[in-house]
Amino acid sequence: MPPARAWLHLAMTGVWVVLATLALGTGIGVVRLRRDGRMRDMSGDQAGDGRDDRLTADVLGVPLGPRATLVQFSTAFCQPCRATRRVLADVSALVPGVAHVEIDAESRLDLVRELDILRTPTVLVLDSSGNIVKRGSGQPRKADVLTALAAAVPPAESRPETSASQEPDEM
Amino acid sequence: MRADPRVLRFGAAVTTLVLALVLVTGSAWLLAAQAVVFALGLAGRSPYGMVFRTLVTSAPKVTEDARPPRFAQGVGLAFAVAGLVGFVAGITPLALGATAAALLAAFLNAAFGLCLGCETYLLIRRLLPAATWEVHQ
Repeated sequence: MPPARAWLHLAMTGVWVVLATLALGTGIGVVRLRRDGRMRDMSGDQAGDGRDDRLTADVLGVPLGPRATLVQFSTAFCQPCRATRRVLADVSALVPGVAHVEIDAESRLDLVRELDILRTPTVLVLDSSGNIVKRGSGQPRKADVLTALAAAVPPAESRPETSASQEPDEM
Repeated sequence: MRADPRVLRFGAAVTTLVLALVLVTGSAWLLAAQAVVFALGLAGRSPYGMVFRTLVTSAPKVTEDARPPRFAQGVGLAFAVAGLVGFVAGITPLALGATAAALLAAFLNAAFGLCLGCETYLLIRRLLPAATWEVHQ
Protein backbone atom coordinates (compact mmCIF):
# COMPACT_ATOMS: atom_id res chain seq x y z
CA MET A 1 0.00 0.00 0.00
CA PRO A 2 1.41 3.47 -0.85
CA PRO A 3 1.87 5.73 2.21
CA ALA A 4 -1.09 7.98 1.34
CA ARG A 5 -3.45 5.02 1.06
CA ALA A 6 -2.04 3.48 4.23
CA TRP A 7 -2.69 6.73 6.05
CA LEU A 8 -6.22 6.93 4.68
CA HIS A 9 -6.81 3.34 5.75
CA LEU A 10 -5.70 4.17 9.32
CA ALA A 11 -7.85 7.32 9.35
CA MET A 12 -10.90 5.34 8.24
CA THR A 13 -10.21 2.76 10.95
CA GLY A 14 -9.95 5.63 13.42
CA VAL A 15 -13.29 7.06 12.30
CA TRP A 16 -14.94 3.66 12.79
CA VAL A 17 -13.35 3.26 16.22
CA VAL A 18 -14.63 6.71 17.21
CA LEU A 19 -18.16 5.97 15.97
CA ALA A 20 -18.24 2.55 17.63
CA THR A 21 -16.95 4.02 20.92
CA LEU A 22 -19.51 6.84 20.92
CA ALA A 23 -22.31 4.37 20.11
CA LEU A 24 -21.16 2.08 22.93
CA GLY A 25 -20.90 5.08 25.27
CA THR A 26 -24.42 6.20 24.40
CA GLY A 27 -25.72 2.70 25.09
CA ILE A 28 -23.91 2.44 28.41
CA GLY A 29 -25.00 5.96 29.39
CA VAL A 30 -28.68 5.35 28.66
CA VAL A 31 -28.72 2.01 30.48
CA ARG A 32 -26.85 3.54 33.41
CA LEU A 33 -29.19 6.52 33.73
CA ARG A 34 -32.15 4.15 33.72
CA ARG A 35 -30.75 1.67 36.21
CA ASP A 36 -28.92 3.99 38.57
CA GLY A 37 -30.49 3.95 41.97
CA ARG A 38 -33.07 1.36 40.97
CA MET A 39 -33.54 -1.02 43.89
CA ARG A 40 -33.58 -4.65 42.76
CA ASP A 41 -35.32 -7.43 44.67
CA MET A 42 -32.78 -9.57 46.49
CA SER A 43 -34.99 -11.73 48.68
CA GLY A 44 -34.13 -15.42 48.59
CA ASP A 45 -30.83 -17.09 47.86
CA GLN A 46 -29.52 -14.86 45.06
CA ALA A 47 -25.99 -16.23 44.95
CA GLY A 48 -27.32 -19.78 44.68
CA ASP A 49 -24.74 -20.96 47.18
CA GLY A 50 -27.24 -22.30 49.66
CA ARG A 51 -26.53 -19.51 52.14
CA ASP A 52 -28.87 -16.74 53.07
CA ASP A 53 -27.74 -13.32 51.93
CA ARG A 54 -27.69 -11.74 55.32
CA LEU A 55 -25.69 -9.13 57.24
CA THR A 56 -25.65 -9.26 61.01
CA ALA A 57 -24.85 -6.57 63.54
CA ASP A 58 -21.59 -8.44 64.24
CA VAL A 59 -20.53 -8.28 60.62
CA LEU A 60 -21.53 -4.64 60.25
CA GLY A 61 -20.02 -3.62 63.57
CA VAL A 62 -23.09 -1.55 64.45
CA PRO A 63 -26.56 -2.54 65.63
CA LEU A 64 -29.25 -3.08 63.01
CA GLY A 65 -32.26 -0.79 62.83
CA PRO A 66 -35.25 -2.27 64.69
CA ARG A 67 -37.34 -2.31 61.50
CA ALA A 68 -34.85 -2.04 58.67
CA THR A 69 -31.29 -0.97 57.90
CA LEU A 70 -29.99 0.98 54.90
CA VAL A 71 -26.39 -0.07 54.24
CA GLN A 72 -24.38 2.18 51.96
CA PHE A 73 -20.98 1.22 50.56
CA SER A 74 -18.86 4.27 49.74
CA THR A 75 -15.32 5.14 48.72
CA ALA A 76 -13.34 8.36 48.78
CA PHE A 77 -13.25 8.51 44.98
CA CYS A 78 -17.00 8.36 44.51
CA GLN A 79 -18.94 11.29 43.15
CA PRO A 80 -22.54 10.32 44.01
CA CYS A 81 -21.75 8.91 47.48
CA ARG A 82 -22.26 12.21 49.27
CA ALA A 83 -25.67 12.82 47.71
CA THR A 84 -26.64 9.22 48.43
CA ARG A 85 -25.65 9.69 52.07
CA ARG A 86 -28.01 12.67 52.27
CA VAL A 87 -30.91 10.75 50.71
CA LEU A 88 -30.47 7.78 53.06
CA ALA A 89 -30.00 9.98 56.12
CA ASP A 90 -33.22 11.80 55.21
CA VAL A 91 -35.10 8.52 54.84
CA SER A 92 -33.81 7.11 58.12
CA ALA A 93 -34.83 10.33 59.85
CA LEU A 94 -38.24 10.18 58.21
CA VAL A 95 -39.10 6.53 58.85
CA PRO A 96 -38.90 5.45 62.49
CA GLY A 97 -36.87 2.34 63.28
CA VAL A 98 -34.73 2.58 60.14
CA ALA A 99 -30.97 2.86 60.58
CA HIS A 100 -28.49 4.18 58.04
CA VAL A 101 -25.03 2.59 58.04
CA GLU A 102 -22.29 3.84 55.74
CA ILE A 103 -19.40 1.47 55.13
CA ASP A 104 -16.04 2.52 53.71
CA ALA A 105 -15.66 -0.15 51.04
CA GLU A 106 -11.87 0.00 51.24
CA SER A 107 -11.78 -0.95 54.88
CA ARG A 108 -14.25 -3.81 54.31
CA LEU A 109 -12.92 -5.44 51.15
CA ASP A 110 -14.00 -8.78 52.67
CA LEU A 111 -17.64 -7.70 52.50
CA VAL A 112 -17.12 -6.07 49.09
CA ARG A 113 -15.91 -9.39 47.67
CA GLU A 114 -18.47 -11.49 49.47
CA LEU A 115 -21.35 -9.34 48.23
CA ASP A 116 -19.66 -8.80 44.85
CA ILE A 117 -19.88 -5.04 45.04
CA LEU A 118 -18.45 -3.46 41.90
CA ARG A 119 -19.52 0.15 42.23
CA THR A 120 -20.04 2.76 44.86
CA PRO A 121 -22.48 3.78 46.07
CA THR A 122 -24.14 0.40 46.45
CA VAL A 123 -27.14 0.46 48.76
CA LEU A 124 -28.54 -2.60 50.51
CA VAL A 125 -31.87 -2.66 52.30
CA LEU A 126 -31.89 -5.12 55.20
CA ASP A 127 -34.99 -6.28 57.01
CA SER A 128 -35.13 -6.35 60.80
CA SER A 129 -33.13 -9.60 60.98
CA GLY A 130 -30.48 -8.48 58.51
CA ASN A 131 -31.64 -10.29 55.39
CA ILE A 132 -30.75 -8.39 52.24
CA VAL A 133 -34.09 -7.71 50.58
CA LYS A 134 -33.18 -4.96 48.12
CA ARG A 135 -30.02 -3.81 46.43
CA GLY A 136 -29.16 -0.97 44.10
CA SER A 137 -26.08 0.77 42.73
CA GLY A 138 -25.77 4.41 41.86
CA GLN A 139 -27.47 7.30 43.55
CA PRO A 140 -31.06 6.36 44.48
CA ARG A 141 -33.93 8.81 44.64
CA LYS A 142 -35.76 9.15 47.92
CA ALA A 143 -38.89 7.59 46.41
CA ASP A 144 -36.91 4.51 45.30
CA VAL A 145 -35.61 4.01 48.83
CA LEU A 146 -39.03 4.50 50.43
CA THR A 147 -40.59 1.96 48.04
CA ALA A 148 -37.77 -0.51 48.77
CA LEU A 149 -38.29 0.03 52.50
CA ALA A 150 -41.99 -0.74 52.20
CA ALA A 151 -41.00 -4.16 50.86
CA ALA A 152 -38.48 -4.71 53.66
CA VAL A 153 -40.81 -3.75 56.47
CA PRO A 154 -43.86 -6.01 56.54
CA PRO A 155 -47.11 -4.73 58.04
CA ALA A 156 -47.32 -5.02 61.84
CA GLU A 157 -49.55 -8.13 61.95
CA SER A 158 -47.41 -10.28 59.70
CA ARG A 159 -44.02 -9.30 61.06
CA PRO A 160 -41.84 -12.31 61.84
CA GLU A 161 -41.68 -13.47 65.46
CA THR A 162 -37.90 -13.30 65.68
CA SER A 163 -37.74 -9.55 65.27
CA ALA A 164 -40.73 -8.66 67.41
CA SER A 165 -38.74 -8.60 70.64
CA GLN A 166 -36.37 -5.91 69.35
CA GLU A 167 -39.08 -3.52 68.39
CA PRO A 168 -40.14 -0.58 70.50
CA ASP A 169 -43.84 -0.32 71.36
CA GLU A 170 -44.62 2.85 69.41
CA MET A 171 -44.21 1.02 66.15
CA MET B 1 -10.60 20.74 47.90
CA ARG B 2 -13.77 21.45 45.93
CA ALA B 3 -14.30 21.36 42.18
CA ASP B 4 -16.70 23.21 39.88
CA PRO B 5 -18.76 20.54 38.06
CA ARG B 6 -19.07 22.81 35.01
CA VAL B 7 -15.28 22.87 34.72
CA LEU B 8 -15.16 19.05 34.92
CA ARG B 9 -17.87 18.66 32.29
CA PHE B 10 -16.16 21.15 29.97
CA GLY B 11 -12.82 19.39 30.43
CA ALA B 12 -14.46 16.04 29.61
CA ALA B 13 -16.00 17.51 26.44
CA VAL B 14 -12.66 18.90 25.21
CA THR B 15 -10.96 15.61 26.10
CA THR B 16 -13.60 13.73 24.08
CA LEU B 17 -12.90 15.95 21.06
CA VAL B 18 -9.12 15.63 21.37
CA LEU B 19 -9.20 11.83 21.76
CA ALA B 20 -11.57 11.49 18.78
CA LEU B 21 -9.09 13.58 16.74
CA VAL B 22 -6.24 11.33 17.91
CA LEU B 23 -8.10 8.28 16.60
CA VAL B 24 -8.96 9.91 13.25
CA THR B 25 -5.54 11.47 12.59
CA GLY B 26 -3.49 8.73 14.25
CA SER B 27 -1.36 11.47 15.76
CA ALA B 28 0.80 10.19 18.61
CA TRP B 29 1.85 13.79 19.32
CA LEU B 30 -1.72 14.87 19.98
CA LEU B 31 -2.16 11.88 22.31
CA ALA B 32 1.10 12.84 24.05
CA ALA B 33 -0.31 16.35 24.56
CA GLN B 34 -3.51 14.88 26.02
CA ALA B 35 -1.40 12.68 28.30
CA VAL B 36 0.29 15.83 29.61
CA VAL B 37 -3.17 17.36 30.16
CA PHE B 38 -4.22 14.24 32.12
CA ALA B 39 -1.06 14.50 34.24
CA LEU B 40 -1.76 18.18 34.96
CA GLY B 41 -5.36 17.27 35.80
CA LEU B 42 -4.12 14.63 38.23
CA ALA B 43 -2.09 17.40 39.86
CA GLY B 44 -5.25 19.54 40.02
CA ARG B 45 -4.07 21.97 37.33
CA SER B 46 -6.08 21.00 34.26
CA PRO B 47 -5.36 23.40 31.37
CA TYR B 48 -8.92 22.85 30.08
CA GLY B 49 -10.20 24.02 33.45
CA MET B 50 -8.07 27.15 33.17
CA VAL B 51 -9.54 27.85 29.73
CA PHE B 52 -13.06 27.48 31.14
CA ARG B 53 -12.33 29.80 34.04
CA THR B 54 -11.03 32.53 31.73
CA LEU B 55 -14.20 32.22 29.59
CA VAL B 56 -16.70 31.86 32.44
CA THR B 57 -16.14 33.98 35.49
CA SER B 58 -19.41 33.35 37.34
CA ALA B 59 -19.22 31.33 40.54
CA PRO B 60 -20.56 27.76 40.48
CA LYS B 61 -23.93 27.15 42.16
CA VAL B 62 -22.72 23.87 43.58
CA THR B 63 -19.30 22.36 44.04
CA GLU B 64 -18.20 18.77 44.45
CA ASP B 65 -15.34 16.78 45.92
CA ALA B 66 -12.27 17.27 43.71
CA ARG B 67 -10.67 13.91 44.57
CA PRO B 68 -12.80 11.54 42.42
CA PRO B 69 -12.33 13.48 39.15
CA ARG B 70 -8.62 13.89 39.88
CA PHE B 71 -8.27 10.17 40.39
CA ALA B 72 -10.13 9.66 37.09
CA GLN B 73 -7.58 11.93 35.35
CA GLY B 74 -4.92 9.52 36.60
CA VAL B 75 -6.83 6.60 35.06
CA GLY B 76 -7.04 8.61 31.81
CA LEU B 77 -3.28 9.15 31.98
CA ALA B 78 -2.69 5.40 32.31
CA PHE B 79 -4.76 4.72 29.18
CA ALA B 80 -3.10 7.58 27.27
CA VAL B 81 0.35 6.20 28.12
CA ALA B 82 -0.73 2.71 27.04
CA GLY B 83 -2.03 4.21 23.78
CA LEU B 84 1.27 6.06 23.26
CA VAL B 85 3.22 2.84 23.75
CA GLY B 86 0.96 1.30 21.09
CA PHE B 87 1.57 4.15 18.64
CA VAL B 88 5.33 4.28 19.21
CA ALA B 89 5.81 0.49 19.11
CA GLY B 90 3.49 0.18 16.11
CA ILE B 91 1.01 -2.03 17.98
CA THR B 92 -2.12 -0.60 16.32
CA PRO B 93 -4.71 -2.55 18.37
CA LEU B 94 -3.15 -1.30 21.63
CA ALA B 95 -2.93 2.27 20.30
CA LEU B 96 -6.55 2.34 19.13
CA GLY B 97 -7.95 0.23 22.01
CA ALA B 98 -6.40 2.25 24.83
CA THR B 99 -7.29 5.57 23.19
CA ALA B 100 -10.85 4.33 22.60
CA ALA B 101 -11.15 3.33 26.28
CA ALA B 102 -10.11 6.83 27.35
CA LEU B 103 -12.51 8.30 24.77
CA LEU B 104 -15.36 6.16 26.14
CA ALA B 105 -14.76 7.41 29.69
CA ALA B 106 -14.43 11.05 28.59
CA PHE B 107 -17.60 10.82 26.47
CA LEU B 108 -19.64 9.24 29.30
CA ASN B 109 -18.49 12.02 31.60
CA ALA B 110 -19.22 14.79 29.09
CA ALA B 111 -22.57 13.47 27.84
CA PHE B 112 -24.01 11.74 30.91
CA GLY B 113 -22.01 13.02 33.86
CA LEU B 114 -20.86 9.49 34.67
CA CYS B 115 -17.35 9.08 36.04
CA LEU B 116 -16.10 5.69 34.84
CA GLY B 117 -12.58 6.47 36.04
CA CYS B 118 -13.89 7.07 39.55
CA GLU B 119 -15.59 3.68 39.53
CA THR B 120 -12.41 1.84 38.62
CA TYR B 121 -11.08 2.79 42.05
CA LEU B 122 -12.98 0.07 43.91
CA LEU B 123 -12.19 -2.47 41.19
CA ILE B 124 -8.47 -1.69 41.50
CA ARG B 125 -8.69 -1.97 45.28
CA ARG B 126 -10.45 -5.32 44.97
CA LEU B 127 -7.60 -6.62 42.84
CA LEU B 128 -4.81 -4.93 44.79
CA PRO B 129 -5.94 -4.77 48.42
CA ALA B 130 -2.48 -3.75 49.61
CA ALA B 131 -2.20 -0.72 47.37
CA THR B 132 -3.01 2.62 48.89
CA TRP B 133 -3.95 5.55 46.72
CA GLU B 134 -3.84 9.02 48.04
CA VAL B 135 -4.65 12.15 46.13
CA HIS B 136 -3.42 14.94 48.31
CA GLN B 137 -5.85 17.75 48.76
